[in-house]
Amino acid sequence: MKKAYVQGVGVLAPGLVGWQQCREVLTGKQPYEHAELPKLVPQRLAAAVRRRTGDYIRLAIEVASEAVDNSDVDPSTLASVFCTSDGDGQIAHNICEAVTHDEPMVSPTQFHNSVANAPAGYWSQAVQSFEPSTSVAGFDHAFAVGMIEAMAQVTMEDRPILLVSHDVRFPEPLHSARPMASSFGVAMVLSPEKTNASLCALTATIHRVSGKPSVFEDAALEAVRKGNPAARSLAALQAIANGSGTVELNYPEEDLLRLEFAS
Amino acid sequence: MFPLVISTFTTTSALGTGIEAMRSALQDRRSGLAPCSFDTRLQTYTGMVQGVDEVKLPESMSIFNCRNNRLAQLGLQQDGFVDHVTALRERYGADRVAVIIGTSTAGIHETELAYQHRDPDTGKLPDDYHFETTHNLFATTQFVRHYLQLTGPALMVSTACSSSAKVFASAWRLIASGECDAAVVGGVDSLCFNTLHGFGALGLVSETPTRPCAPDRTGISIGEAAGFAIVERPEQAESHTGMALYGYGESSDAYHMSTPRPDGAGAALAMERALTCANLKADAIDYINMHGTASEVNDAMEDKAISKVFGNATPASSTKGWTGHTLGAAGITEAAIVFTAFKHGFLPGTINTKEVDPDFSSRIILDNETASPTYILSNSFGFGGSNCSLIFGMYK
Repeated sequence: MKKAYVQGVGVLAPGLVGWQQCREVLTGKQPYEHAELPKLVPQRLAAAVRRRTGDYIRLAIEVASEAVDNSDVDPSTLASVFCTSDGDGQIAHNICEAVTHDEPMVSPTQFHNSVANAPAGYWSQAVQSFEPSTSVAGFDHAFAVGMIEAMAQVTMEDRPILLVSHDVRFPEPLHSARPMASSFGVAMVLSPEKTNASLCALTATIHRVSGKPSVFEDAALEAVRKGNPAARSLAALQAIANGSGTVELNYPEEDLLRLEFAS
Repeated sequence: MFPLVISTFTTTSALGTGIEAMRSALQDRRSGLAPCSFDTRLQTYTGMVQGVDEVKLPESMSIFNCRNNRLAQLGLQQDGFVDHVTALRERYGADRVAVIIGTSTAGIHETELAYQHRDPDTGKLPDDYHFETTHNLFATTQFVRHYLQLTGPALMVSTACSSSAKVFASAWRLIASGECDAAVVGGVDSLCFNTLHGFGALGLVSETPTRPCAPDRTGISIGEAAGFAIVERPEQAESHTGMALYGYGESSDAYHMSTPRPDGAGAALAMERALTCANLKADAIDYINMHGTASEVNDAMEDKAISKVFGNATPASSTKGWTGHTLGAAGITEAAIVFTAFKHGFLPGTINTKEVDPDFSSRIILDNETASPTYILSNSFGFGGSNCSLIFGMYK
């Protein structure tokens, strides 16, 4: 596929609060220290709307907001790709619990928030974007799967795109069936053209060799990377922080997705 | 855009298994809706596929066993689809064929059943419950890839009721980008308590069989379906159906999570973008297969959107009275209806509906009409304001 340009990044995870802190950690200027995720209060959602959302939707809005703020684009002009491992585990739990009862009481708000494209729906409302949005799922490979869709859109539709990948830890008993160490959200704006704001160029290739993905020597960072499907993006974020680098991510089956970042 | 030919397709819904069952039900005007036996706590009609529970997955894939994957397998086994894929795999190589599936709830019903059997003391789910291969949204894509032995690009599109319409747009982009030579696109969505009671809580489920575009319409009848198609570049296809994807249009409503924009602006934008993509004028379209869910708001806004883009001459209808609303499988199911209309020279009307809402201004047809359509537009709209319009045509 043709080249795209990274215009801005947003990150939110325990100990990685915002792109600036994440960049410092990933370039070795600051050690990684685990810290609780701050309370999620995305300002782009009106208070009345925000009240109807849980952390799953809020995390997506937070990182999307940071990415567009960092990239100096009008968010209403951006198409988007949202990727998730499995969707909103808290809502899945609540509804699956509710429907065990003789008279199920499902919250209408929870139900309409249960669709995998709920974060995309709230985002398009928040920024008043009529542009296309695709939500994709990919289990442990969600970020890599979403990246391919995003790159196909940037290069084939010739339009900038907002890519958001986020997953939030499930409550029990689903957590035991689908464990995640913690929540992780990442967003990036990708553009078909280089601008003054471009951080680096990016090419993506599905590489049909079995091999190991890029990992971290730092045990704490490696634990973050492995602890959440969206955090599989961490090596890519490090390459962006460094301005260049080649990283490989697991792609379904034994394949690898190779991402090459260059200044 | 360049067109993608439909090399082959198959469809399984409440109308039966395979293309012929759909054709006869459409031409005989026989609805697949019946009183809901899947969940007796609700009084409604559903478009249930018969025989899903009797389907046995191959032993080596038994970990994928759940209603959604059983339905997927039942669908894949119709119309010689697997043989077509085998030929495709041999021609291009397994890694050059993408699998792009749409669903809204995948195998969540497996989790619903597991929740009924939690350990009374610890709350733990049963030991034989496997999240990754059932409930997980990507599970259906993985099941289809394994079943068809394909290893090309993999995608699960989950944008509620537009999911398996948008798979065609993703397929075009992946083929155009050179990431693959062909794609198996499809949609699989199966009955579950989440959607029955969720739509019920929103007051969108009709107690009687759904009546799209009727003045006294009372909401949706939920259906389930599996459908698949192979798309590839015309010059590379060894044989094809004589039909092609000519355009797609995607938009967001930016309005509300479960209510479409009442003026239909988002829906109209998707249709306009599809026309632009196909490089066609509105009057080239011979028939519109509506999203037409029979919810009060959807049908009214869709009528406005169609009138705005097409005026009031282009025949339009909703086929949800036949299949029910198959949610994440609606796009592919209605694509199969469109292909059947091309192939057999007719336009399906709108069953169950006795008269059209007098407030509507577009030309909604109730009876089937004999016709030789050249281009047909199909609409799919989902929660979150996710709109997708597709234009299919006779390949020239």
